[in-house]
Amino acid sequence: MAAPVLRWCCPARRWILANIDRGPRHGRGAPTGSRSSGKRGQSSVAQQPLVTAQKPRKGEHQWAAVVGLEIHAQISSNSKLFSGSQVHFAAPPNSLVSFFDASLPGTLPVLNRRCVEAAVMTGLALNCHINKKSLFDRKHYFYADLPAGYQITQQRLPIAVKGSLAYSVCVGKKRSQVINKTVRIKQIQLEQDSGKSLHDDLRSQTLIDLNRAGVGLLEVVLEPDMSCGEEAATAVRELQLILQALGTSQANMAEGQLRVDANISVHRPGEPLGVRTEVKNLNSARFLAKAIDYEIQRQIEELENGGEILNETRSFDYKLGCTVPMRDKEGKQDYRFIPEPNLPPLLLYDSASLPAGADPQQVINIDQLREQLPELPSVTREKLVQQYGMLPEHSLTLLNEVGLLEFFQNVMKETRAEPKKVTSWVLNTFLGFLKQQNLAVSESPVTPSALAELLNLLDQKAISSAAAKKVFEELWRSGGKTPAQIVSEKRLELMQDQEALEQLCQATMEEHPQVVMDLKKGNPRAINKLIGLVRKATLSRADPTMIKEMLEKQLSS
Amino acid sequence: MLGRTLREVSAALKQGQITPTELCLKCLSLIKKTKFLNAYITVSEEVALKQAEESEKRYKKGYVPPYNATVVQKLLDQGALLMGKTNLDEFAMGALGSDTGGSTRNPAAHCGVVGLKPSYGLVSRHGLIPLVNSMDVPGILTRCVDDAATVLGVLAGHDCKDSTTVQDPVKSFILPSLTDVSKLCIGIPKEYLVPELSSEVQSLWSKAAKLFESEGAKVIEVSLPHTSYSIVCYHVLCTSEVASNMARFDGLEYGHRCDINVSTEAMYAATRREGFNDVVRGRILSGNFFLLKENYENYFIKAQKVRRLIANDFVNVFNSGVDVLLTPTTLSEAVPYMEFIKEDNRTRSAQGDIFTQAVNMAGLPAVSVPMALSNQGLPIGLQFIGRAFCDQQLLTVAKWFEKQVQFPVIQLQEIMGDCSSVFENDLASVSLKQ
Repeated sequence: MAAPVLRWCCPARRWILANIDRGPRHGRGAPTGSRSSGKRGQSSVAQQPLVTAQKPRKGEHQWAAVVGLEIHAQISSNSKLFSGSQVHFAAPPNSLVSFFDASLPGTLPVLNRRCVEAAVMTGLALNCHINKKSLFDRKHYFYADLPAGYQITQQRLPIAVKGSLAYSVCVGKKRSQVINKTVRIKQIQLEQDSGKSLHDDLRSQTLIDLNRAGVGLLEVVLEPDMSCGEEAATAVRELQLILQALGTSQANMAEGQLRVDANISVHRPGEPLGVRTEVKNLNSARFLAKAIDYEIQRQIEELENGGEILNETRSFDYKLGCTVPMRDKEGKQDYRFIPEPNLPPLLLYDSASLPAGADPQQVINIDQLREQLPELPSVTREKLVQQYGMLPEHSLTLLNEVGLLEFFQNVMKETRAEPKKVTSWVLNTFLGFLKQQNLAVSESPVTPSALAELLNLLDQKAISSAAAKKVFEELWRSGGKTPAQIVSEKRLELMQDQEALEQLCQATMEEHPQVVMDLKKGNPRAINKLIGLVRKATLSRADPTMIKEMLEKQLSS
Repeated sequence: MLGRTLREVSAALKQGQITPTELCLKCLSLIKKTKFLNAYITVSEEVALKQAEESEKRYKKGYVPPYNATVVQKLLDQGALLMGKTNLDEFAMGALGSDTGGSTRNPAAHCGVVGLKPSYGLVSRHGLIPLVNSMDVPGILTRCVDDAATVLGVLAGHDCKDSTTVQDPVKSFILPSLTDVSKLCIGIPKEYLVPELSSEVQSLWSKAAKLFESEGAKVIEVSLPHTSYSIVCYHVLCTSEVASNMARFDGLEYGHRCDINVSTEAMYAATRREGFNDVVRGRILSGNFFLLKENYENYFIKAQKVRRLIANDFVNVFNSGVDVLLTPTTLSEAVPYMEFIKEDNRTRSAQGDIFTQAVNMAGLPAVSVPMALSNQGLPIGLQFIGRAFCDQQLLTVAKWFEKQVQFPVIQLQEIMGDCSSVFENDLASVSLKQ
């Protein structure tokens, strides 16, 4: 990748332009500082290589980066925002297009109730003020995937404003320190999605698929309160979780249901904000943070070298790993906004203002929707911490990994083991194996039941921890067998026979009189040596704690 | 048969005095004979005959009935036959008209027929190719006021496909025969007495006012003070909406498309240049100018504010006790073609729409009723303007007026027998049988 190595210290929000590994020109090459294998970490958020902050050298300037986001989430609904055609992913091209979607003259928009409810619910979940009156506008530009030559959106008065999104970043050596952050939500608006263009360069033609044209979108505008790629990516992940919990959007980036544009600028602390660029269509969770950080770095370098930043639109080239200017338009785009004359103002009610005798089919009651809001991720995480005594960062990981929470809860149902043990096994062992093989939870060869059974065996002290790990490995590999079967096959049972163990302890001590003498002299390490010897003798089938107890008992007698 | 009212024809059909196919053939025949008038762009003869066939079946058995405009579908559902597309502006609907600034009422006045513009929000615009969404209304052209009311009765009502139609249930449009107008108050807007008004029209307008007065109605002069701003206001709002509505005509999904393949932009530009005529292109360019960020406040927003003032003028007048306003529909009788083309379209629109477009901006119902023939033998009509959603009252007054003036309605088929060879390009005077 041609991307320069990035070095920074979040969350102090200051960018240090240290040595960049550019080649022979620089005296020393910067260490890559990457501890991650690239496959570790949350699958939906790019895990940043951990770099310890360097002390600023003389002559180096500090920079602050400012990142704002415009996030488009496709509303999960049966039909489109203003027409009755269906919403489906990957349907045959142009098979879900109504007359209105194709902009046939004479067709008129009719507002989809479900989409309005989705917007209100999302606004409530994000602590927004819901505008009881909001308006629709036309935003004009010519493009082949926009049949009407304009998009219906909410520019003047959107449906929700002034909210906030709380998210947590993990920092520190082991990413164990959880820092809570907030980003302000400027507004949420309802708008139409456009169709899709498929460029066929070979035949110099562009193919248009209008299946997506007119699908309802929620545009969520995040104020520039973020300062680096990781914060942005984490905020996006949290928004995804909220939308999924609400059911208002499936927010799957791979399927194009969640698309992110970033507004990025840099400035020296204390000085006014710099010129910003817009990086469009960041549609991959993995590259979101990378792209933003690249752009920040690019701007810093440009300014350091005496250049200037153009207020332009850029896109992220995934192959090259850098942002590139999009095809430049002559002059700035004037969208010639006009109120949408075919849609009256959208009026919402609450219990106090609901007109008497109103047809429930025709009105939306904000209070009613508020009461029906499902549990939000932050509440789920809090409950996990309370119920199971787990650390906040663990609850974060559990929710961040798709399907992991459910897996955990299923294991909990079937095991008597302590929650802390279960947490540790799920987050470390289980997740570790998944990441190593780049698998999703749904693709795991180990079922919750299997893990639960294994943990039960461990809990009963039928096997040792070491043995349990071996069993797990085997479970992963073979899939079909039960833990009990594996334990039996590999003879991993802990020695239950107290007498036999006592005899072994005795025998070991007799065989190693020097160690015993060391021990009696007060050497603390001697006991561990003894335990180790006994363990070896038992072929690791004895619990070290038990061995220690027995040895001490025998020694003291 | 073709000179009868809708109600009479309907009754005749029901009683079996004439079959749908026979009626259809008569209409088709008349269309053929009057081909020189160029009234029909398209005659869908086969479709019409097929529909006649199906209509015949329906008369025999009880039947409840696939992109049809709501108003068209409603008429079809009532058993109407669509004869074809008539020769209106390239973006107007067919057998029905559309009225954005007077384009139903003006031709009605010039041709001696009834032209009704219903209240905005009463009749669905679904399927109506939009010019100015906030002013367009499907217009109804008929031979007599009763027929207009009949059609309105079929067309009016909430349409879930058009979010700008009102939800309140629609009252009946059966018109009482008014005999006593003493409780009526007729308003005469003084600003409508403009210098350009032809003396003939002015005199007919006076005559009409006196007619009401002599029959006991209260006739008073009223003021619509912002009238002089309405042309300019209309122009800004109309072109702005047109620019927006025409953005969809790019040749990609439907319609004309040129052969340029260099780039999307080039194709769009060429297609739109070829596909639109001068008038439409002019409107689009003006409209886009007004909608530019730097102009929006000074032009579009300003015009919307003036529009509010104009609408309020009418509200104030109706609140002061006036039931219906009486105004000319056009400045004069129809101007001969050679005379007409001397001025550009914008000037002609400005002049022609002077009495009619304020009504569209206020969303009110208005009807043009033919009154008398000019000295040249061409029809002149007058306009009645009513309160919003008081279309029935408006038509009741119009019907009374129609009965009083006894306008000599043209009987085409009788003329055809006499002088089919005489007419060429000019609309010469026509001798009529009363």
